Amino acid sequence: MAAPTTLPSALADAVRDESSLRRFLHGLPGVDQVGVEQRAAGLGTRSIKKASKLHAIDLAISMVDLTTLEGADTHGKVRSLAAKAKRPDPERPDVPRVAAVCVYPDMVKTAADELKGTGINVASVATAFPSGRSTMDIKLADTRFAVEQGASEVDMVIDRGAFLSGRYGQVFEEIVKIKEACGDAHLKVILETGELVTYDNVRRASWLALLAGGDFIKTSTGKVQPAATLPVTHVMLQAVRDWKNQTGELRGVKPAGGIRSTKDAIKYLVAVHEVAGPEWLDPHLFRFGASTLLNDLLMQRRTQLDGHYSGPDYVTVD
Amino acid sequence: MWEYAPAPESRDIANLKPNYRMFVDGKFVEGTGEPLKTINPATEEVLAEVSTASASDVDNAVKAARRAYDRVWSKMPGSERAKYIYRIARQIQERARELAVLESLDNGKPIKESRDVDVPTAAAHFFYHAGWADKLSYAGYGPDPKPLGVAGQVIPWNFPLLMAAWKIAPALACGNTVVLKPAETTPLTALVLADIIQQCDLPPGVVNIIPGAGDVGATLVEHPDVNKVAFTGSTDVGKIIQRQLAGTNKKLTLELGGKAANIVFDDAPLDQAVEGIVNGIFFNQGHVCCAGSRLLVQESVADELLEKLQTRIQTLRVGDPLDKNTDVGAINSGEQLAKIKELTESGEAEGAQRWTSSCPLPDKGFFFAPTVFSNVSQAMRIAREEIFGPVLSVLTFRTPDEAVAKANNTPYGLSAGVWTEKGSRILWMAQRMRAGVVWSNTFNRFDPAAPFGGYQESGFGREGGRTGLEAYLDV
Amino acid sequence: MSDRVSVAKTYKLYIGGAFPRSESGRSYPVTDSKGGFLANAAQGSRKDARDAVAAARKAFPGWSGATAYNRGQVLYRVAEVLEGRREQFITEVAASEGVPVKKAQSLVDAAIDRWVWYAGWTDKIAAVLGSSNPVAGPYFSFSTPEPTGVVAVLAPQQSSLLGLVSVIAPVIASGNTCVVITSQDRPLPAITLSEVLATSDVPGGVVNIITGRTAEIAPWLASHGDVNALDLTGAPESLRADLERSAAGTVKRVLRDKAGEDFTVTPDMSRLRAYLETKTVWHPMGV
Repeated sequence: MAAPTTLPSALADAVRDESSLRRFLHGLPGVDQVGVEQRAAGLGTRSIKKASKLHAIDLAISMVDLTTLEGADTHGKVRSLAAKAKRPDPERPDVPRVAAVCVYPDMVKTAADELKGTGINVASVATAFPSGRSTMDIKLADTRFAVEQGASEVDMVIDRGAFLSGRYGQVFEEIVKIKEACGDAHLKVILETGELVTYDNVRRASWLALLAGGDFIKTSTGKVQPAATLPVTHVMLQAVRDWKNQTGELRGVKPAGGIRSTKDAIKYLVAVHEVAGPEWLDPHLFRFGASTLLNDLLMQRRTQLDGHYSGPDYVTVD
Repeated sequence: MWEYAPAPESRDIANLKPNYRMFVDGKFVEGTGEPLKTINPATEEVLAEVSTASASDVDNAVKAARRAYDRVWSKMPGSERAKYIYRIARQIQERARELAVLESLDNGKPIKESRDVDVPTAAAHFFYHAGWADKLSYAGYGPDPKPLGVAGQVIPWNFPLLMAAWKIAPALACGNTVVLKPAETTPLTALVLADIIQQCDLPPGVVNIIPGAGDVGATLVEHPDVNKVAFTGSTDVGKIIQRQLAGTNKKLTLELGGKAANIVFDDAPLDQAVEGIVNGIFFNQGHVCCAGSRLLVQESVADELLEKLQTRIQTLRVGDPLDKNTDVGAINSGEQLAKIKELTESGEAEGAQRWTSSCPLPDKGFFFAPTVFSNVSQAMRIAREEIFGPVLSVLTFRTPDEAVAKANNTPYGLSAGVWTEKGSRILWMAQRMRAGVVWSNTFNRFDPAAPFGGYQESGFGREGGRTGLEAYLDV
Repeated sequence: MSDRVSVAKTYKLYIGGAFPRSESGRSYPVTDSKGGFLANAAQGSRKDARDAVAAARKAFPGWSGATAYNRGQVLYRVAEVLEGRREQFITEVAASEGVPVKKAQSLVDAAIDRWVWYAGWTDKIAAVLGSSNPVAGPYFSFSTPEPTGVVAVLAPQQSSLLGLVSVIAPVIASGNTCVVITSQDRPLPAITLSEVLATSDVPGGVVNIITGRTAEIAPWLASHGDVNALDLTGAPESLRADLERSAAGTVKRVLRDKAGEDFTVTPDMSRLRAYLETKTVWHPMGV
């Protein structure tokens, strides 16, 4: 097994072979479910008001990977999503643009054409999303196709079956190969935490993805319940924080699915701030995978600025 | 950089009044003792003037309690007593926000804690004990256990409302009447509780609340017509009370100081252990008798844990107790602050290594930044004496036996914490801890259904659960 | 008398938190003690019973998993809401049971207090019935009571409210869920009680109430494979042995003959114990 970057010796040892990888992952400190959930709930009671709330809303908007991943997606749908990404609130040009638009590979070109020159990235899911149940060749082809079409970010899924049956080396190799296939594109590794079930598994999968070179670790496809939760994101934020302490490298986290309200988004930002640290409050290191969240952020932004509650008819539906 | 804007609770919610009077025989009356001024420890401003009890006021209160006991309360069926106690529980829930804000003003604890811990747990204590009032024959003390009579109760300043609930609820459930003295620096929420009790139409004299200093407490516990004394506070005062009561028939329970060991093994869930350690020592500014003030960490993970711990402590927000984002509030009094400073200075003088969070502190009020001492040895004062503040002493161990020996090497024995993923080790350790409460992979958990109390100089008797009823029954 | 024409109430079943009519489309007239018409009640069928068992099973994980404190709060809330509708119940109990208003008042008051009594039990059952077991070896062993599951309750035929409350409350206090067949001839207070349950934080499906012919529905519950326990209190005398035999098919816990039980007396723990399993846990102690 080949380590993708120069790792400190302890971590380089971890990826030497399958059994050392297993020893390393199983040697990670456990996560106590009750404790992590209490801590997440506790941070959820932070009260963010006034200027800091407005700041949080704008930050959250700039972190959104505006997503459409439906069987019913059309080029028209993707174009209108791209329009939304460029001008989230047409009457308020000071609204920050979103980080990326996230689509299926066959929609990448449409999105890329629409977003050319805007600085908004095009992200594509790949590797037989959402199940990941296909051959390596197909997953690689899927990834290359997305990149060729113009995706600058790739959201891959791991093989949860392999992970749950303990074939960590296989999952590692897959990520390494997909990373290679990405070329310059950023790689987000979707763990699908709803299928990993335990926080111990989430921690192990996070480290596995970081060791294999994932630029981001991402909670979910959005197709499995539960999708992103605060405690799961908490465990992943601890992983990137510990990764930085050991390697000096900054890696990102992306919760996706189920984050629909501004209130929820702010809870995540508080967790980012207090668990990973303030330097992760940056679209390069933290993203929200969401679709309906954006409009709630825009409504709450109007409420903050206008001093009265806004309604859904005052933000555009795309 | 993202700063949280201040998110203060409005102090208007506390319905603060300029004057508070004591509550005797169902009425609020002027005490004839020297009035005291209670201050907001976060600003050092006077909050209110509170009348206090003289010796004759104490006598009146005990007489009122005796009358209520003889004529009404001891004769009332348990099922009817229960409904009064349920009413109190409900009113505490209904007036929760007012109580929480008032508690934070008077005590200095963060609103987050008074709102999420003190007040709901106080209501829960009344709920729980209400249920016992008509079920005492199932409690394991015989077919028809009898109450004791008049209970004289003296409580501390660290959990003013919650301690009142811990004392009053079981006393009433078991059929006793009560004279309670709240702490000198924190009398206000107990007097709002008196207002609740009045609104719940409890028969006059069943609960009497008489503010004052230690002398009022001494007069109360010495009163010849008091049948039961319950005290929560310092070990020194507990010893005095035990001596005072020698030779009398009064039943006594004491909940005193502690110097709990929080023991972290190398296989512990470290991130949650860090949370538990933080909660164990910085909850309520460390003004907790069962605080995990001695961290015993296995040497193989000591450096890693300490680093994580300091990073985490650095995120604690110290300041205005009414701000919803405050994690650590004000030290309750100037006197307590001086004591904490004196002990931390001794720690430095004795050679321990001090680390203090660089968090900003308010200009006014009594504040102390979270502090951790490492390289602490058992011989140092900071490892032996109760600091009762946000100060953690870190010691290390190599083997489970050594952890046990060090943890138990104290005259106290209130609580202990054990952090390990190995279940059999938790139970092995719990069996060996000479402490009344052992928390495993958690810390500072309180529930009315779970008995709480200490070994050795941490006191005797238990509060909560079936066991806690014994303190208020003639058994 | 006023000229106003009153709005009559339709009495329906209570299943899974909703108020459906019987799937059978049947109803039957309910009369007062002198034979005067009061209202029509839904005449539940075996399929209604089947749906009710499914609803009770679905509610079981949530209700049994709630904290005992939470269950106590919910039961106390039932008492509060019942107290608020005291007058309505007095009228219905007086009509159903043919007792004077004063007697009906004391029956309703006792029913309210019965909820309070069981509300107080929820977080004490384990402390009274559980144990830590001093086994001879390096093990920590403890035993704790747990709810058995879905309980089918044949409510008493005479005591339309107090009796009904006295058989439902102990079942749900410990975390079981139930399907109740009401008194056949006095079902109206039961349906009004279900309105109280629906508005007092009791999750839908925890209590399911079916009116109708006890003898028709009871055998289907007694033999039902997803019912864990059976309370025979209101069973017709002639059916008791048969129901018990049916229950043996899945080894149900059967609360047999409590006939002649005086519901005005404060109960003991027997109805609580009837629907509890004891679970013993062993764990080694060592470094």
